[in-house]
Amino acid sequence: MGKRVAIVGFGQTYQRSSRKDVNGVELINEAVNTALADAELTIRDIDAVVIGNMDHFEGINYVDMWSAEGAGAVMKPVIKVCTGGTTGTTVAMCAYYHVASGMFKRVLAIGWEKNSESDTTGAIITAFHPVWERPTLGGAVAGLAIEASKYMANYGATERDGARVAVRERLHALNNPFAHLHQEWMKGIPVDQLVDLLVGSEQNAMLAYPLRMSDMCPRTDGAAAVIFAAEGTAEKIAPVPAWVHATANSHNFVYAGDVNMDRNTTIAEASKKVFKKAGIKEPLKEIDVCELYLPYSYAGLKWIEDIGFCAYGEGPRLLWDGVTDMDGELPVNPSGGVMSSNAIGATALIRVGEAALQVMGRAGTRQVKGGDVNLALATGFGGCYWGDVMLLGKKKPS
Amino acid sequence: MNEKKREDVELLSISSGETSQPFQWSVGKHGSYFLQQLRDNKKIVGIRCPKCKRVYVPPRPVCGQCYVAMDEMVPLSDEGTIYVCTIVQFGFVDPSTGVQRPVPYTWAFVKLDGADTCLTHFLDSVDPEKVKVGARVKAVFEERRTGNLMDIKHFAVL
Amino acid sequence: MSKIAIVGVGQTTCTSSREDTFEEMVFEAATKALADAGAEVGDIDNVVTVSNDFWDGRTISSMAVQEAAGSWGKDVSTVEGDGTFGAFYGMMRILSGSFDTTLVVSHMKGSESIMNLITNAMFDPIYQRGLGIDATSAAALQARSYMAMSGATEEDFARVSVKNHGNARNNPYAQLPLKVSVRDVLASRKIAEPLKLLDCSPIGDGAAAIVLSNRKGLKRFKKDPVWIKGVAHCADAFNLGYRDLAKSRALKAAAKKAYKAAGIQKPLSDLDVAELYDAYSYMELMWYEGLGFAPEGKGYELIRSGATGMKGELPVNPSGGVLSSHPVLVAGMVRLVEATLQVRGEAGKRQVKGAKTALAHGINGPCGQAHCVFIVGA
Repeated sequence: MGKRVAIVGFGQTYQRSSRKDVNGVELINEAVNTALADAELTIRDIDAVVIGNMDHFEGINYVDMWSAEGAGAVMKPVIKVCTGGTTGTTVAMCAYYHVASGMFKRVLAIGWEKNSESDTTGAIITAFHPVWERPTLGGAVAGLAIEASKYMANYGATERDGARVAVRERLHALNNPFAHLHQEWMKGIPVDQLVDLLVGSEQNAMLAYPLRMSDMCPRTDGAAAVIFAAEGTAEKIAPVPAWVHATANSHNFVYAGDVNMDRNTTIAEASKKVFKKAGIKEPLKEIDVCELYLPYSYAGLKWIEDIGFCAYGEGPRLLWDGVTDMDGELPVNPSGGVMSSNAIGATALIRVGEAALQVMGRAGTRQVKGGDVNLALATGFGGCYWGDVMLLGKKKPS
Repeated sequence: MNEKKREDVELLSISSGETSQPFQWSVGKHGSYFLQQLRDNKKIVGIRCPKCKRVYVPPRPVCGQCYVAMDEMVPLSDEGTIYVCTIVQFGFVDPSTGVQRPVPYTWAFVKLDGADTCLTHFLDSVDPEKVKVGARVKAVFEERRTGNLMDIKHFAVL
Repeated sequence: MSKIAIVGVGQTTCTSSREDTFEEMVFEAATKALADAGAEVGDIDNVVTVSNDFWDGRTISSMAVQEAAGSWGKDVSTVEGDGTFGAFYGMMRILSGSFDTTLVVSHMKGSESIMNLITNAMFDPIYQRGLGIDATSAAALQARSYMAMSGATEEDFARVSVKNHGNARNNPYAQLPLKVSVRDVLASRKIAEPLKLLDCSPIGDGAAAIVLSNRKGLKRFKKDPVWIKGVAHCADAFNLGYRDLAKSRALKAAAKKAYKAAGIQKPLSDLDVAELYDAYSYMELMWYEGLGFAPEGKGYELIRSGATGMKGELPVNPSGGVLSSHPVLVAGMVRLVEATLQVRGEAGKRQVKGAKTALAHGINGPCGQAHCVFIVGA
């Protein structure tokens, strides 16, 4: 068996639309120093580094090599991983395996992106097959729009249901100083009224039906770093380490035209694997808080069904009942989520880091349940059908 | 230079300019056959898995679910059904051409008769009343064809 | 350590331009590795693919090959870097206790893009790219600095080229088997002083795959295991000016760790064969020193004496090395494949007789910024 692993430190930059004051290496360094300070470690304490982003977003080849000085990887082992939207969770999982293997005690995981440096939709299109898919693809927005309309057709969900998710994410983001979008105007307006405003406003441009501007994540510059440590070391670093109870990935379709749009099958499969390993039988009751990779509003309805928090088609009910709000039974994305900050390579790692903060009871103004969080779930989703899931807990896993 | 001036420094960025990274992607023997059928005969073909019998379009060498090589090409209809679609309204730079793609346009997953997977392509209409899931469509071919996916101009909603 | 074994290996031939797609090449390498192991895709618990978005001209390049790698429904991940680093990650995923077996596969089609532009993009866009620097011009700087430090000559570099291209004549997978003389190498076209055409590897197309297993997983396979005895990797600084280009301290650090795990004390005599990442001829001499085959600055003595020839004390690159076929990212994994074949005694005409312990080496980044060292044995 491998070693037990915990998260002992987390650092992120303020997520902003453009960070012209730093280059990529400096941005990475900012997150690394914040994470090291958080764990009260120095770079000398780090045994290995894992880094991820999407090369074509900044036009840098061999990013693990280029960033070595800023990442603190000089004279250390460093590996680059990249799986699209899941990059951050893929980085976290890679760091987890480094430590669980018994080969390294303290491993630094880094995710970053400067989306301001290129045309994001254009760069996303280059993730698809150059011969068969690129000529007609409309980037992530169009891909997600078809998923949303399929969900609406299958289960009768409405544009108001989608907007309800957007309202939750943007309201939660107001509690998070690191979030990119702070829509102060939303403060004090009842949820129902906010939903009506989003659905009815002409300023809220339709991008691709049913997705309006407010249904999508922003383009963000940001970086994040998470420190993983082995049992025996972790307890000495953090008063309350966030233990990794289970993690899994699942992958299936490669060609866009093959994808089964009815369900998110990889998130479903990866969740199943994680719940089996961790012995979770009733996710909604047993899990205290989630940080989910929801790049657009309708994912907040459909994908929570795929994870197993409710039956198919019941996502909207959970939302309107307030179950996923800050004070609900299962708060989702107290950080404001991907829809409030999306520096793509950093985003899924921020989910992991934020989930860890909740477990450690150190999430500040966005802490849920008065810090009484036993289990927190983080996910990543992206590329052409990758799903990553990581379950963190306060107790050492058995 | 005094400190105040340091703080007020104008933040610069360096443009990559007109540089590009040209590629010559191999299409492979199955894909080449598909494109030649489009170009020369205005026919659409798929490839059948010898094990599960699924018919894939566009053709590719391996059935991911059975993990076996595929080789049997099968003719497909140029008509099919819309599996899902969306009307794209926002503008963006098309990385294949380097210029803004004209909007609005309709992007659809078309399940051709005889295939088990969808071909992703454009529709001829941006009318929400016409471009619906389940609507029947037919391929419209370009007059001058070059051996490219865009030899199909778009699918016309019937 | 002998906890993880290589139980299957597969490689395609390397050529300057293959007509098949990434998927077809990956399928060929992966199914060869599975067949070599006497296994089926169902025996594989998880998959790691190795690719690079720039070389493939595709963001999330690993996505394109997952069906061909047998990843359907599996736990998969992907490494951007040399194949040896992918193998390292595949090994850790087993050691974690989550999996018993891993398939690692790497692919490259250097023929589809322009090497100078792709490797220019690994340099800093603000301070370096505009100068037109690429992998080869950076290597030339390193070669010069190594010559100044060591006293190695262009003739010494040429001797490496003669040896490796000659060895490639025994390797049916190699791209550039050549019978050339030192004089031929010296007379070949100047690329960037002091490097001539035959000092530089040919960027090409190829794929390779390995199957890894722990002791528990061994019963699924028919092949005798070749054990990973020691492995480590390490990166130096990125900026060329921050490094001593003539000395590879990152390689020294990685080798030290790998040797310690494998119980290697005198590498030149303890090892039976080595497969090194000689992207340029001079590199092989530098790596001799980093790996402790020769004292610092004395790497040239081994090539002059013939110690690293097929009949020498420690044959280096019996396959012909990277100088004879350079599918970037794949090349390090091919070193591991070749090392495995040597230990098994299955290396055909390039077999080093009685080889029991072999070293495989991969690099990443400009001028060998990062190094990965594997020691494998029966």
